[in-house]
Amino acid sequence: MNEPSTRQKQYLHSIKKRRICIMLCRNSIILSFIVLWQFCSQKGIVDSFIFSSPKEIVLSAVDMTLNSRLLFHTAVTACETIAGFILGTFIGTGTAIILWWNSFLNDIVDPYLVVLNSIPKTALAPIIIVWVGNNISAIIAVALLTSVIVSIMNILTAFNETDKDMIKLIYTLGGNKKDVLFKVILPANVPAIMNALKVNTGLSFIGTIIGEMLVAKYGLGYLIIYGSQIFRLDIVLLSVVILALLSTFLYKAIMKLEKKINSKII
Amino acid sequence: MKNAVELKNINFSFNTPCGEHFVLKDISFSVKEGEFISVAGPSGCGKSTLLSIISGLLKSSEGSVKIYDGFKCGYMLQKDYLFEWRNIFSNACLGAEINGNITEETKQYALSLFEKYGLKDYINSRPSALSGGMRQRVALIRTLVPKPDILLLDEPFSALDYQTRLEVCDEISQIIKNEGKTAIMVTHDISEAISVSDRVFVLSKIPAIIKSEHIIDISHSPSRRDDPRFREYFNAIWKELKDNE
Repeated sequence: MNEPSTRQKQYLHSIKKRRICIMLCRNSIILSFIVLWQFCSQKGIVDSFIFSSPKEIVLSAVDMTLNSRLLFHTAVTACETIAGFILGTFIGTGTAIILWWNSFLNDIVDPYLVVLNSIPKTALAPIIIVWVGNNISAIIAVALLTSVIVSIMNILTAFNETDKDMIKLIYTLGGNKKDVLFKVILPANVPAIMNALKVNTGLSFIGTIIGEMLVAKYGLGYLIIYGSQIFRLDIVLLSVVILALLSTFLYKAIMKLEKKINSKII
Repeated sequence: MKNAVELKNINFSFNTPCGEHFVLKDISFSVKEGEFISVAGPSGCGKSTLLSIISGLLKSSEGSVKIYDGFKCGYMLQKDYLFEWRNIFSNACLGAEINGNITEETKQYALSLFEKYGLKDYINSRPSALSGGMRQRVALIRTLVPKPDILLLDEPFSALDYQTRLEVCDEISQIIKNEGKTAIMVTHDISEAISVSDRVFVLSKIPAIIKSEHIIDISHSPSRRDDPRFREYFNAIWKELKDNE
């Protein structure tokens, strides 16, 4: 291979420079934010009782990990959320298949779906808790409820937009509706289903936290409510930070899964 | 020679809330075994509908389609529709897979077709790695694997660019002749119809009737396009299509 030209070298150099700049700026924003926060609360510029401080948050993180089962609370929230979005995606895909198969049924339930989709699902959380009971399955049910309607609608739209001639191809080869479903509709819409999974992670977090705030004895939502009631803002903020980390982690994990599936089938 | 397909007084109409639409009117013709015929007509004249009726995907409102006993139809669509989530070989075997006879014998037959038509090296590739012309040949192999006796071709080359189209058109019509299949092709491309078929039917705009039948009497070698009579046929058919408007 030839030695790259000067112009190519300049180009490579410029993208590298840009990447480093972006990384520096990103990190300096969060660093200066933390330093400024700590500084202000130490000097009494902001009231550390209601704004807490980075130091207190770290201290309470260490303390709670040792004494109040912080990891357990985190794990509970993570499990509820994962259960919520996996159920949401499965039930969403299943319902979308049924509605795709039966267009008569689809036309009947369509307005109901639109209404269910537009009401804020969190408004239904108290009802769900009364019905299901004051326990973990109620929280999973709320998490599921926040994501399942959107999944049904998105996946169904994707199913119905599948190229008509691909479907015709199956019929020309002597196939029936079942063949259309398994040979075309499902494989062609794996990206749409993965997309639903991604959207569901976020939604199911909302459901889980709302549920925990209402009933739970464990979980980060419970810690947030508990912390604010006893004016321990460090506990509240610590929970929020953990939530942010947790949701980023889950999102990344799903991106990884998506890549793996894509490389396998496409 | 026996008739592979016989159409008798085919009428086709469909209903929408705005009214009843008449598409085909009193279409009758027959195709002999091994013959290659084309149906040319303006776009939207119901050519594809005619193929769907012959293949049994649609039922005609009136009239009858008679396929010679034991003959099977294979259908080739305008675009290749190779599935990106399958490799080339399993795309070609899709028909056999659907019919539940994906045996060692079928696989060998598919392989022999790939070998014969110069695509053997690509059987494990993804469709996106192939050029438009190659993809169309794979689509033809997919149609041939279930061993149809009659091929129904729905504008099979129109999605290709001009140069590829000429090549693939010659190539694919050659393959169909080699395999000794009967073929019915619908197209709006007059030169394509003349260069591959034994007879060309011209349809009017909808409700479509058969306006005329042209028997193309030019030898296939060297190339029909070089024969002076090609232009004569072309002009005659072109005039008929134009008079429609």
